[in-house]
Amino acid sequence: MAEEKKKKRMAIIASKGTLDMAYPPLILASTAAAMDVEVGIFFTLYGVDIVNKKKYHSLKVAPIANPAMPSPVPFPNILGVLPGMTPMATMMMKGMIKKINWPTIPELLDTCIEAGVRMIACTPTLEMTGVKNEDLVNGVEVAGAAEFLDFALDADVSLFV
Amino acid sequence: MDKSQANVQLDLKGLSCPMPVVKTKKALDSMQAEQILFVEVTDKGSKADIPAMLKRTGNELLSAEEKDNVFIFLIKKK
Repeated sequence: MAEEKKKKRMAIIASKGTLDMAYPPLILASTAAAMDVEVGIFFTLYGVDIVNKKKYHSLKVAPIANPAMPSPVPFPNILGVLPGMTPMATMMMKGMIKKINWPTIPELLDTCIEAGVRMIACTPTLEMTGVKNEDLVNGVEVAGAAEFLDFALDADVSLFV
Repeated sequence: MDKSQANVQLDLKGLSCPMPVVKTKKALDSMQAEQILFVEVTDKGSKADIPAMLKRTGNELLSAEEKDNVFIFLIKKK
C-alpha cells in the first residue's frame, strides 16, 4: 500500500450456537476481511460451539419455537417437541445449505482465519462449560470482556449476533 | 479487453454470498499490481457486492456485464 490508511474495524459478538445462527457472523467477518476491514469476533455462551472442534461439525437447528422455519408440509409448530424433529430440521437445513453451495461452518471458519479475522473465545464460558483451550480451533485466542471491548471501542461497526 | 487478455481467470459460477467476494479478493491478493482479473459469477447479489468490495479495497472495475444470467467482471489490481 502506497499511502498508509487506517483500516476500518468491525467487532462482532457471536452468542448463538445453532447451525443457522453460526453463519451470519462468519459470513460478515469473511466478507469484511475481503473488504480490507480489520475484524474481531468474540464467541460467548453458545457461540463458543462455533469454534469448538468437537462440536462445529455437528451444529443443529431446532424447529420448535421457530415458526419462520421453512417446511415442505404445513406443520403445527408444537410438533417440534417430537423426538427426531431437531435432527430432521438440521438435515433439511444442511440440504438447503448444500443447494446454494454454501461452505460448511468449519470451511467458513478456515476462510476467516486465513483472512486474518481475530477470534476470541470468552473465558467464563469456557470455565462454565468445561471446554478446554485444546478443544478450540487453532488460531482462536482466549480472553474476557475487557480484551474484546478494548478492540470494539475503536470499531466502526459493532454487531451482536 | 476480453477474457483472453486477462492475467487470471476465475470461474465462480454456482457459488453464493460470501464466496464470490471472498474468492475474488483472494485472487487479487495473489496478483501483481496492474494485472487484470476476469471473473464469472451467477450469484445475483454479486452484481452489487463485487463492485462494493472493489471500491473499498481500491481496485479498479474496468467493466461489468450480464450475459445469460452470468455476471462478468474485468478488474484491474491496484
